[in-house]
Amino acid sequence: MKFVDEYRNPTLAKHLLHNIQQITTQPWTLMEVCGGQTHSIIKHGIDQLLPDNINLIHGPGCPVCVTPLEYIDKALAIAQQKDVIFCSFGDMLRVPASHQDLLSIKAQGADIRTVYSPLDALKLAQENPNKQVVFFGVGFETTAPTVALTLYQAKQKKLKNFSVLACHVRVPPVMQALLSAEDNSVQGFLGAGHVCSIMGYHEYLPLAAQYKIPIVVTGFEPIDILQGLYFCIQQLESGQHYVENQYKRLVTEQGNQPAQQLLQQVFSIVDQKWRGLGEIPQSGLAISDEYADWNAEQRFSVSNINTQEPKNCRSGEILKGLLKPHDCPEFGKTCTPDHPLGATMVSSEGACAAYYHYRTHV
Amino acid sequence: MCLAVPGKITHITGEEPLSRLATIDFSGIQKQVSLAYLPEAIINDYVVVHAGFAIALIDQEEAAETLKAFQELDEFEAGL
Repeated sequence: MKFVDEYRNPTLAKHLLHNIQQITTQPWTLMEVCGGQTHSIIKHGIDQLLPDNINLIHGPGCPVCVTPLEYIDKALAIAQQKDVIFCSFGDMLRVPASHQDLLSIKAQGADIRTVYSPLDALKLAQENPNKQVVFFGVGFETTAPTVALTLYQAKQKKLKNFSVLACHVRVPPVMQALLSAEDNSVQGFLGAGHVCSIMGYHEYLPLAAQYKIPIVVTGFEPIDILQGLYFCIQQLESGQHYVENQYKRLVTEQGNQPAQQLLQQVFSIVDQKWRGLGEIPQSGLAISDEYADWNAEQRFSVSNINTQEPKNCRSGEILKGLLKPHDCPEFGKTCTPDHPLGATMVSSEGACAAYYHYRTHV
Repeated sequence: MCLAVPGKITHITGEEPLSRLATIDFSGIQKQVSLAYLPEAIINDYVVVHAGFAIALIDQEEAAETLKAFQELDEFEAGL
């Protein structure tokens, strides 16, 4: 596939690995922010090919992982109601709520549909005027615009039987939360390429300056990731810290303006709870008052559901890089992808799930 | 979740920017997606698609530059 295959070229990968080895003189701890990058790193074994003194921490950029348990409980409460068609991306269906997951209640008769796009849910609402169609909107700034346009169209069409249970989160505030923590060990970031294709990278300039940390906006293929790591290590080794763009074929400083404009129109920035990390100021996107009629939390009165996370899950420490998945006593024992205890085992993009799938021998 | 797949625009329908749709060819698989966020996109452009939306144009010059830089390095080292 064009724009994929050439970025998986083994000769280029060897070349970049050689360059990384040449410039690395001391230990560095780097974090890839996005779960898609984590998946690519573990799948292609990139972490095992790097010099021993390069430590990769797998960041919080997996929306399925960081969606708080209470939102899954809210999803179940809505999906179990009569005459509701509950639509979701496939990877949210397996995530256990306090007692069950969406797939189990589907087996018990609830009308739950996996959709590829939120627009598919909107179409279902038009085709089923006697049903309430609800879309479970989770995801970062890459996904939020797809939900924003769907809500915009629902309002334009004055659809009364469509609403969204929204739990969208923003990347820069969680990076700031990690950097400002006393136990922070991250010395350089690989920025999330697709989030930046929407938002640009101007939001990262003050972070790089304030915390004196390199941030390299990076793509998802092995060559992208190796080049992102190379740029990041190059900055660290030369005592520099600025925002660099490895993913120039997609990302500009200002990002996608039409998408940002609609995000501002449909969502408001709010404080948001993250599974494994707790509440982070200004890190969420909630449906704005102008679109309140399409907010499923209000339509189905589930705003009061408030669930505590299980105490034996140590995903918070894993997301901060203080613990590797296989060092957790629950890993692979009481906590598996089929029965995840928390954030990082929940989705295939989570660090624990990636280790479980590709590194069960460790 | 932020997975986005590259493909080529083969057909565009609709006039109003927020309701334009494009048929995208993903190496043989065709899919219709929203072009709401790429008002400048035209047929034969390469885009990346996420959850039914084209979210970014692929800058082909930049894509070639990234790979060319490696090629030049290899040629330089081979000549040493």
